[in-house]
Amino acid sequence: MYYDPFVLPFTLGLLLLLGYLLVKYGTWFWQLDAQDKKKIRYRLLTRRTLIALREIVAEGLIHRKIFKVNPRLGYMHMSLAFGWFLLIVVGAIEAHIFVKGSAPLYFPIFFRYFVPDQHHFFFSWGFAQLMDLLLLFVLSGLFMAFAKRFNAKTVGLKKTTKLKVVDKFVLTALWLIFPLRLLAESLTSGYHNSGGFLTGSLGAVFQYLFPTEPFIYPAWWAYSLSLGVFFVGLPFTRYMHIPTEMVLIFFRNWGLKLKVNNPVLKAVEIYSCPKCGICIDTCQLNELQNTTKSQSVYFIQRVRNAENYRELAENCLLCGRCESVCPVGIDLTALRLMHKTDFSENKKDQFAFVSERTNTADVIYFAGCMTHLTPTIKNSMEQIFKQAGENYWFMDKEQGACCGRPLKLAGQFQAASELVSLNRNMILQSGAHTLVTSCPICYKIFKEDYRLPLRVLHHSEYINELLVSKKIQVKKSTISVVYHDPCELGRGAAVYQAPRNALQFASNVIENGSSGQNSLCCGGSLANQSLSENNKQNIAHTTVHKLTDNNPELIATACPMCKKTLGAVSAVKVVDIAELVAKQMIVKPVHQKQKAVSVAEFA
Amino acid sequence: MWGYKIITTNQIDYDKNNRAIRNKILALEPSLRICIACGACTATCTAGNLTPFNIRRMNVLLQRGEYDDLKSELGKCMLCGKCTLVCPRGVNLRNLILKTRETLLNDECHVL
Repeated sequence: MYYDPFVLPFTLGLLLLLGYLLVKYGTWFWQLDAQDKKKIRYRLLTRRTLIALREIVAEGLIHRKIFKVNPRLGYMHMSLAFGWFLLIVVGAIEAHIFVKGSAPLYFPIFFRYFVPDQHHFFFSWGFAQLMDLLLLFVLSGLFMAFAKRFNAKTVGLKKTTKLKVVDKFVLTALWLIFPLRLLAESLTSGYHNSGGFLTGSLGAVFQYLFPTEPFIYPAWWAYSLSLGVFFVGLPFTRYMHIPTEMVLIFFRNWGLKLKVNNPVLKAVEIYSCPKCGICIDTCQLNELQNTTKSQSVYFIQRVRNAENYRELAENCLLCGRCESVCPVGIDLTALRLMHKTDFSENKKDQFAFVSERTNTADVIYFAGCMTHLTPTIKNSMEQIFKQAGENYWFMDKEQGACCGRPLKLAGQFQAASELVSLNRNMILQSGAHTLVTSCPICYKIFKEDYRLPLRVLHHSEYINELLVSKKIQVKKSTISVVYHDPCELGRGAAVYQAPRNALQFASNVIENGSSGQNSLCCGGSLANQSLSENNKQNIAHTTVHKLTDNNPELIATACPMCKKTLGAVSAVKVVDIAELVAKQMIVKPVHQKQKAVSVAEFA
Repeated sequence: MWGYKIITTNQIDYDKNNRAIRNKILALEPSLRICIACGACTATCTAGNLTPFNIRRMNVLLQRGEYDDLKSELGKCMLCGKCTLVCPRGVNLRNLILKTRETLLNDECHVL
């Protein structure tokens, strides 16, 4: 029987960890609501589960997404995760071939101690070399991680996460595991004249320098202890992400969504955060001096440790830049927004003064509050509607209410739902088939929360359709335009191509590095409650600076808020797509049908 | 009688007003101190367009320490953020309204 007391720290640590995870995940599963449980039951034995398994390999082990963002960092994570995984799997295969049957849990881990001599079983030489290669693979990643702690630039990061004390303690245990394994295996190999290219040669050197025999046993104890400490500490540190990320991937593939009232998925997402710190560099609040560290990794850390996270919840642009690079795919913006509800008043029936007005039309135009501050946008839209001969109703021309999204962005979901139902009734009564809005903030809530049985278009999409179907025609100018993706429209609602197509009809679009998924926030975000006017302008300055890299003659955007914020600090003129198109539009004489419409509108 | 009556005084007695709440709110959003009461916020207000809600008046009342109808009035705000965007002094009105509502809600029992 292969046994020695030094296997105890490892074995007990592992059993404690497994017990803890069983209880924790069991509780989570039990707390899921009936709807989610039903989803899991129906989807457990479908293709979704296989896709989830594939994702676990691609993301949890190989870290494909990190490779895309930063190859060096990707290699670091892959060598640690995938390398360790292979070390366990190959080690287990080797051990089982050797004993030709079942062995205790700890046996493969301490195989070299129990079987120190060069045995001649199937592929034994190959196994020794392979295990050494894998250990070297892990150690190379460990070396990079070590360098990263001292200088984040070595792996291409500007900043790395500031860790808590308990994280650092367990991190040390984790870092010690592999060098101690190398040491223990080398000493054993040196003494018994065995081992692969790494442990064998290193062992021979040790043996040449000093008698290795007295150090072998303590080295194996140290190795087992470091494993034990890591396993026991894991649930209380960021390493909890290793098992939890798998749960998240399954839940996501089974279609479970974040809900305000259900704590389970929130908890799963929070525990899935590995604190890798990739979100830190993408955050534009970094540019500002003396702001709190409110990046997603710190926000999640506070929520997880049950510390006060209010200031962090409020000091966020909700631009979604961090979410677009998060390698775990945590819904960072939705998660933060839901935690805002913890501090909001959330009362209903405060908007009794909004009276319902309605009008029958084919198309509804909802300009949005912000568009009323940029009258050229709404005037341009009216020109375009008239030119296209559309039977439209300008819903919030006078006495319009807000769409509700600004309330939602402040965490007041209840109050927002009141405005949603008020506006929804008016929209439904009009009998329109399309709703066009000029404001991406409105667009997002119309799409997500209104559940409208009609087409919801942002004006950039609508204008693009009119141009493609030749309902309106424009004269193409040679002016060079750079397009600024508004956060709510781009990352928020995945509308990237339509605005560019529409612009291309009327001008010459040039791209720069910060566009699409990677576009910058203008700083005017309604989500950030605590940002001062100065800081907003600082952000806008940087955004304009990066947008005008290629010296465009115009900056075009599709959001009245972005237009206002960028326009305030930009030397290059900022226009909305609607303005540009309306200016270049070939105006045809108004015919009879349209006249009738405009008369009806004024009546 | 004879078409005359005694009117209530318009005098504001700062000693009677509980200025602690005002100070607390100003600490949470200090930018209100630079408000020049120009009224741009009121002119652009979405809620003000629908009701006699007057955000400039609210700011003045708050600075004076008069909270009587402040809470119910501020409930009409839809937080659309236009006031903040047009403010020539850069007062973060949206946050001010949120913080005022919250402070008045929590400090209800302390209002004199």
